[in-house]
Order: sequence, then C-alpha cells, then structure tokens
Amino acid sequence: MLAYVLKRLGLGILVMLAVSTIVFTLTNVAADPARTIAGEGATAADVEAARIAYGFDRPIPVRYAEWLANVAQGDLGTSYRQRRPVADVVAERLPVTLALGLAAFALALALSLPLGLLAGLRENTWVDRLALVFALVGQAMPTFWFALLGMVIFVVKLGWLPASGSDTWRHFVLPSVVLAYYATPTLMRLTRAGVIEVMKSDYIRTARAKGLRPGKVVLKHAMRNAILPLVSVAAVQLGFMLGGSIVVETIFAMRGLGYLAWESITFSDLPVIQAVVLLIAGIYVLLTLGADILNAWLDPRLRMG
Amino acid sequence: MTHLQVNLSENRMRRQKVLRRALSHRSFVIGFVGVGIVLLLAILAPLVTWHDPYAQSIIDRRLPPIWYGWFWDDPLATWNHPLGTDQLGRDYWSRLVYGGRISLFIGLTATLVSGLIGTTLGILAGYFGGRTDMVISFLITTRLTMPVILVALATVALFNSSLMVVTLVLGLLLWDRFAVVTRSATMQVRSMEYVTAAKSIGSSTPRILLTEILPNIAAPLIVIATIEMATAILYEAALSFLGLGVQPPLPSWGLVLAQAKDDIFFAPWMITLPGIALFVLLLSINLLGDGVRDLTSPEGR
Repeated sequence: MLAYVLKRLGLGILVMLAVSTIVFTLTNVAADPARTIAGEGATAADVEAARIAYGFDRPIPVRYAEWLANVAQGDLGTSYRQRRPVADVVAERLPVTLALGLAAFALALALSLPLGLLAGLRENTWVDRLALVFALVGQAMPTFWFALLGMVIFVVKLGWLPASGSDTWRHFVLPSVVLAYYATPTLMRLTRAGVIEVMKSDYIRTARAKGLRPGKVVLKHAMRNAILPLVSVAAVQLGFMLGGSIVVETIFAMRGLGYLAWESITFSDLPVIQAVVLLIAGIYVLLTLGADILNAWLDPRLRMG
Repeated sequence: MTHLQVNLSENRMRRQKVLRRALSHRSFVIGFVGVGIVLLLAILAPLVTWHDPYAQSIIDRRLPPIWYGWFWDDPLATWNHPLGTDQLGRDYWSRLVYGGRISLFIGLTATLVSGLIGTTLGILAGYFGGRTDMVISFLITTRLTMPVILVALATVALFNSSLMVVTLVLGLLLWDRFAVVTRSATMQVRSMEYVTAAKSIGSSTPRILLTEILPNIAAPLIVIATIEMATAILYEAALSFLGLGVQPPLPSWGLVLAQAKDDIFFAPWMITLPGIALFVLLLSINLLGDGVRDLTSPEGR
C-alpha cells in the first residue's frame, strides 16, 4: 500500500513540474511582463529599462529555473498589480473559492446520489425519464446563462438574494446552485449506471434470496458497490468546479481565486496567474491522489494490481 | 452474376435496417434535426436574414421581439425585427443567425484539431504500449491536471483575443478525451485476428493503424467528437462572455449575452434569446452523440 502511495505521489510531483513548465512558458511567451510593469503609456525606453531591471532580458529557461527554485522555497513572487507577495494575494482569496466549491460539491452529491439511485432502481419508468431530462438540460445549460437567469428571477424579480459580492452566506446560495448543476449530470448518470449494473449481479440475487429487506439490500450491498467508480469521478468533478468557478465568481463578483485570475489576466499580472493555475492544478493532483488511495482502501482488488 | 445481385440486395436491406433503426431512435432524430436546423440557418444566413448583423440604428434601439406585440400590444414590435434589436439598434435575429456561424466554425475546427492530436497520441499509445504508452499517458495526465477554462482564458487573452486564437487554443487543449478513448479502444482491437493477419501478410505499421485499427474504433470517436464539439462551443461562449474571447463587433452568442447583461432589468429577452440559441445547439449535439452511442454499441445492434 505504501509503495503504491509513494509511486502515485512521485507521479503527481512530475505532473506538477510539467504543468509549471507549460504555464510559465506559455504566459511568458504570450505576454511581455516588462510592458506590464512599465505601465500604460510607457515609452520604449521605459519598457527596456524595466526589462533589464527585472531580468526579463534573460532567456525563458533561465528565468524558469530561477522561478522554480523560488517556488520550491515557498516564494511565489510579487504581484505586478498589487505590488505585494503573490502568496498573500492568493491566500486572501482561497477561502471564498473553497467555500463555494465545497458547498456546490455537497449540493451536487445531495442531488445526484438519490436521483441516480432512484433512476437506476426504477429503470425506464417516468422517474428515470425525468432524471434523464434533468441531466440532459444540465449538460446543455451554459453556466453563465444559468447564472444570469437565476439573477433575473431571484435578484431582479423576487429580490430574495443579493446580486454580487461574497460577504454573507446569502451571497453563496445562487453561485453554489449554478456550480452544482454543472457537475450533477455526470455524477447522476454514473450513479444510475452503477446501480443498474450492481442490481444485476449475483450477490444482490443472493442477498434477496436469503430474504433481506429490499431497503437493506439497496443500501448495504448495492449502493456501496455502485459508489466505487464514483469516488474518482467525484474528485475530478470537484477539481473541475474549483477551476471552473472563474465564470461564476466573475459574474457574481465574488472575491475568490477565479475572480482574482480574471482580474490578473486582464492586467497581464503573470506571477498571480501562474500561482492560481499551479494552486488549482496542485489541488487537483491531491484530490485524484486521495481518490485513488480511498479506492484502493475500499476495493482490495486494486491494491494488489 | 446472380450471386452478386443477391449480395447487393442484402447490403441494401442491411442499410435500410440501419436507417430504420436510426429513424426510430428518438434522441438521435431530435438531435439530428436540431443540429441540421442550426447548420442550415448558418449556411443560408444571407438568405434568411434581411438586416446586416453589424448595421447600427440609433432610432431602433432595444425594440422588443414580435410576441410583445401579440401579448402586450406593444406597437414597437414588428416583423421587420422579429426578435427585436439590441442596445445599438442591430437586428437581433441577424446577429443570432450569424452568431451560429461562429459557434459552428469554432466547434468544428477545434474538434478537428483536438481530434487529430488526441487520436494520433491515443492510437500510438494503445498500439505500441510499453514506453510509448508511458510517455503519452503522462502527457494525458498532465493535460487533465491543467484547469482548462483558466488556461484557455489566460492564453487567449495574453496572446490576443481573436477568433483564430480562440479556436486554436481550444483545439490544442481539448484532445484528452480523444486520446483516452482511442488508447483503450486500440488496446482492445490490437490483438484481434484481422490485425495479426495484416501483420502476417507484411502490411506496414502505418497501414495497419490506418486501415485496420482506425476504422474499427471509429464509432466511439464519433461520440467523443460530438462531446468535444459541444465543449468547444460552450467554452468559446464562456470566454467571449467574460470579455476575453472573440471580440466585438462579432456576434458570438457569448459576447451578445455579455452585452445584454446591462439590460437585464428592462429588456430580459436580450439575455433569454442568445441563451436559448446556445442551449438548443448544445442540447442537439449532445442528443445526437447519445443517439450515435446507442446505435453503434454492441447491445444496440
């Protein structure tokens, strides 16, 4: 088990290195940081001076190595826009995104598990059809449009919820629902498929044959096995939600990582962009690693292979 | 000769059977019709619209759509502008129809690019296995670890936000699902008898990959293509909505939505209509994909 975890951890570190290389190169090729630092209306000479002062005249691989060495020591650089350490800027914004992501994730699970279970147990009935339509609509619904419609109804017409910001729990209601609906179809379909497959298996027939109550069969035997494939997908979905919250956060002006990324992108604030991408990628790596370990623990067959 | 004729009619019968099954598959038919309508409107755009989508008119700003005349007797609603006009007096129907062209162009081109990359990587990893597979699997994991929307937004905005850059960036980012599916599908067919047979008669590796493996894994690839097309269209709209994708005055649906956002209080149809257009196109593509998956899966046959 330990060897397995270590191997996965090593792979995770390699992947993070690759991601950091790509992100650093891409952002530095795409934008000229000297121009950003020199500010708007700077002359060519000003830009050149900034380039030399900050060492941007050196080749990208050299700067990457330097940046990586700093990151390894916990120094993420200085924001061009806010002129203070990137680590502080990011740390300030992380709680809002985590709260939003976790609330949306909990909501998505609370919706998709019972719905998927019900649809799977009542395959091809009206319950199943309704769940399927719910999933199809969710898959085709653009997040930002859903957010706008929610705003029209609950903010403009009914006045129940605040339009923008992230100060109270009421600010989180609409964004969490929007983000949750984005992840629900995948989770629901997977639960449904898992339940249908498991209910056909021999051990369910045995459990029924020995006279267990149907409720117990479903909860103790079926759900537990149907959930196995869900663990890794759920981790991936949570990672997607944290990365995809940029759209929702920007629409609702929530002061989280996504909104920070959007502000930084419009300002070409490269160190902040790099840090946000790396942080979200890092969380994703940890989530999938956690899911793999959880799966190996739940299903001994995986541990051996 | 008689033998050949028998074969021909058998073939025709089989084709008719496939067609009949496709026509009786509800989501396939709905999806096919939906995508077909959007595609036709996009191709015939100059024939089905009678206003220039870019022509501004100060006196015709924010005219309501035609049904405001039917239900609320709004005298401003006329057939001249069936879906009304936007904040610059541009005809909404024309803008939406021409916006469909942008969505379809991005969807098709980005899928083509990502399909080429993903299928090539997947087929190499699946066929050769070993070290090749290790390297390509690592590439796939790396790609999956990068947050797509964030990286796409940053890259597009930092380079320069144009239709071509958006399309290319999405194409270069969305190949992972193609690679994963091609890889596992290739692994399943590489030890089939017809591949061994092709090897034994001395076929070259590229020939085996292109004429033996690829045709036999085509069905799941078509399904993935529909998924990625919908994803590319959705991401373009999101990028443009955030102001970092396609730039004005192009009538991209995401951009039209972003511009209508300020009129959310007084002209709600302005955010409803482009959203419906986007929703209908995405739903149709997804239904089409679901249909193809059902029709080509072994149980469905």
